Amino acid sequence: MATDDFEAVAAKAGGTVASFEVEKLSLGERLQRFLHNYPTAAPIFVLLLAILAFYLIVGEKFLAPFNLSLVLQQVTIIGIIGVAQTLVVLTAGIDLSVGAVMVLCSVVMGRTAIEMGLPSGMAIMLGFVVGALCGAINGFLITRLRLPPFITTLGTWSIFFAINLWYSQSETIRSQDIAEQASLLQFMGISFEIWGARFTLGTITLILLFIGMWYALNHTPWGRHVYATGDDPQAAQLAGIDTNKVLLSVYIVAGVICALAAWTLIGRVGSVSPQAGQTANLDSITAVVIGGTSLFGGRGAIFGTLIGALVVGIFQNGLALAGVDVLWQQFAIGLLIILAVATDQWIRRV
Amino acid sequence: MFKKTSIAFALSLSLLVPAVSHADGIVGLVTKTNTNPFFVKMKEGAEAKAKELGMTLQSFAGKVDGDNDSQVQAIENLISAGAKGILITPNDSKAIVPAIEKARKAGILVIALDTPLDPANAADATFATDNFKAGELIGQWAAATLGDKAKDAKIALLDLNANQISVDVARDQGFLKGFGIDLKDAKKMGDEDDKRIVGNDVTQGSEEGGRKAMENLMQKDSGVNVVYTINEPAAAGAYEALKAVGKEKDVLIVSVDGGCPGVKNVKDSVIGATSMQFPLLMASKGVEAVAEFAKSGTKPKNTDGLDFVNTGVELITDKPAAGATSITSEEGLKKCWG
Repeated sequence: MATDDFEAVAAKAGGTVASFEVEKLSLGERLQRFLHNYPTAAPIFVLLLAILAFYLIVGEKFLAPFNLSLVLQQVTIIGIIGVAQTLVVLTAGIDLSVGAVMVLCSVVMGRTAIEMGLPSGMAIMLGFVVGALCGAINGFLITRLRLPPFITTLGTWSIFFAINLWYSQSETIRSQDIAEQASLLQFMGISFEIWGARFTLGTITLILLFIGMWYALNHTPWGRHVYATGDDPQAAQLAGIDTNKVLLSVYIVAGVICALAAWTLIGRVGSVSPQAGQTANLDSITAVVIGGTSLFGGRGAIFGTLIGALVVGIFQNGLALAGVDVLWQQFAIGLLIILAVATDQWIRRV
Repeated sequence: MFKKTSIAFALSLSLLVPAVSHADGIVGLVTKTNTNPFFVKMKEGAEAKAKELGMTLQSFAGKVDGDNDSQVQAIENLISAGAKGILITPNDSKAIVPAIEKARKAGILVIALDTPLDPANAADATFATDNFKAGELIGQWAAATLGDKAKDAKIALLDLNANQISVDVARDQGFLKGFGIDLKDAKKMGDEDDKRIVGNDVTQGSEEGGRKAMENLMQKDSGVNVVYTINEPAAAGAYEALKAVGKEKDVLIVSVDGGCPGVKNVKDSVIGATSMQFPLLMASKGVEAVAEFAKSGTKPKNTDGLDFVNTGVELITDKPAAGATSITSEEGLKKCWG
C-alpha cells in the first residue's frame, strides 16, 4: 500500500484562513447602501439641486433671504401637519383626516372665542382638546376595531369635515373681527425680521416641533417603540411592546399636532374659514414621501419631512417666479413623488 | 327553493317603497359644492321660496369645484325622482350638457344658475350674474381711482385655478377690459401681453391660496399696486400678505361676490371695491320659474339683449369713482348674503 501523503496535498492548498468575500461594489450599489443608512440624503440632495437650478433660472431674487424665508413661511402649515403624518406613516399607517381635524379645530377655536365669547386662551385649549379627541377616535377605531388606517381615516375625514361645516354654518370669521376680539388666536402670525429675512412665530414653532419630535423619536423609549411597531408589529409585540397603546398614542399626538397647525393657520391667514386645508392631507403625504420616509413603515427620519415640504415649496416658489404656468407646478410635484417612492423601493433592495 | 324565497323577498321589498306625495312637485337644486357660503346661501334662498310656494326642494352638490360626475349623478337621481324642475350651477359647463338634455327630454325644466352652460341654450333658462360685467365694474373703478397713475399701474391677477372655468375667465377678462387692457383672446386668461400685468396666480378661492398667490406675485414685482381677486376670501388672504410687509395701504384690492364678510371688509378698507352678486335672488327666481312651469307649462324668458336673465350686479365701495355708479358699504350690508 502506497503511503497516502496527506501532508503533500495540504501543502498545495491555499494557506489563508477562512475570511469574508470582499465584494467589489459598483458605484450604484455603493450609493444604494449609503442611502439605506441615510435616507434623508436623497431629498437634501434634491433640495440643494433645486435651489441651484432656480438660482440659475430666476436669478439673485430667488436666493434673497426674504424669498427663502418666505418659502419657509409658506410651508409652515404643511410642515406641522407633516410631523403628524410622519408619526402615523412610521407605524405603517396613513392619516387622511389630518386636514379635516385641522380645520375643525380652527373653527372650534374661532367660534368659541368670537360667537360664544370664551376667553381666547380657553378657546385655544378647547381646540387642542378637540384635536386630541379626533385623534383618539382614529386610534380607537384602528386599534380596538382593527380597521385598516387608510379606510378608517378616509371615513373620519368625511365625518370630521361634515361636523366642521355643521358647526361653522359654512361661515367665515373675519380677520379684523378676530384681531379685535380674540387676538391671541392670531398669535402665531406675529413676525419679526432678521437680516432681511422674515420669520413668524409659526415658523419658529415649526422648527421647535421638528427638534422636539426628533428627540422624542430617537432618544426616548416611546420613539423607538414607534419605529418598532411600524417596522414589524409582531416582533415588537414579542419583544414586549404594547403595540396597541403605541398606535393609540401616535394618533392622539397626531390630532394634537393638527390642532397646533390650526392655531398656526389662524395666525397665517388671519381669518377662520371652514373651507381651509382641503388638500392638506395629500400635501402632507407628499412632504413625507419626498422626505424619504417609507410608506411601509419603520424607516425614515423626521427631518426628511421638513426637507420634503421645503422641496415642494421651493419648486412652487421657483416656478412661480420663473413665470411658468401653474399646471407645470403640479406636474413637477407629481414627478418628484414618483422619483421619491422609486428611490425608496430601490434602497430597500439592499 | 332559494330562488323562490329570494324572488318573494325582492317583491315584498318593492311594496315597502312608500307612495310619497310631494305637494306641488319636486324642485332639484344642484350646486357646485356645499362648502362655499355662496352656494349655502343659494340653498337657503331656494328652500325658503320652495316652502312658500309649497314645493319640495331636494338639494345635491358636487364634492369639489370642478366635480362634474357628482352633478351628473344628481341629475339622474332627480329624473328618477320625478322632479318638475332642476336648478343647477354647473361645475363643467360643457360636460354636464348630455345629462341636462336627458332631463329636458324627460320633460323637466332645467335652469342654469350663476354659471351659464356651454352652449348657453342647452338650459331652458339661465339666471346668472353677468360675471364679465362684475369684473368690468371693478376694473373701471380701479382705473378711475388711480386716475393718471393707471397707465403705470402694476397689476396682479389672483384667479381661481388653472382650469380656465367660465366664471374665472369672465371676471378676470372683465376686470382687464374695465381697466383698459387689450384682452387678446377674451376666452382665455393669462394670454395678455400688456406690460402693466405682473402676472396671474391661482388661489383656489381660499384665504390661504390668496395669501400665497399674493406673496409670490409680490416677489415677482414688489411694486404691485392693483390686485384683482376672484372672490372675497382670496382678497382677504391677499390683504394679510400685504399687511405682513406693511404695504396694505399702498395697494388697491378689488373683488367680486358681495358676501357679508366681504362687504364688511370694504367698510374696513381691506377691499377697495367689490361687485355684489345676488345668489338668494337667483335661487328664489329659479324656484318661482319651476313652480310656474309645473302649474302652466310656461318657460321663463331671458332679459332683453342677453341670453340669460340678469339677476344684477352692484358695485360696493366707500370711495366712489367718477363714471362708476356704486353704493356704499352701509347700504351693501343690507343686501349682502352670508
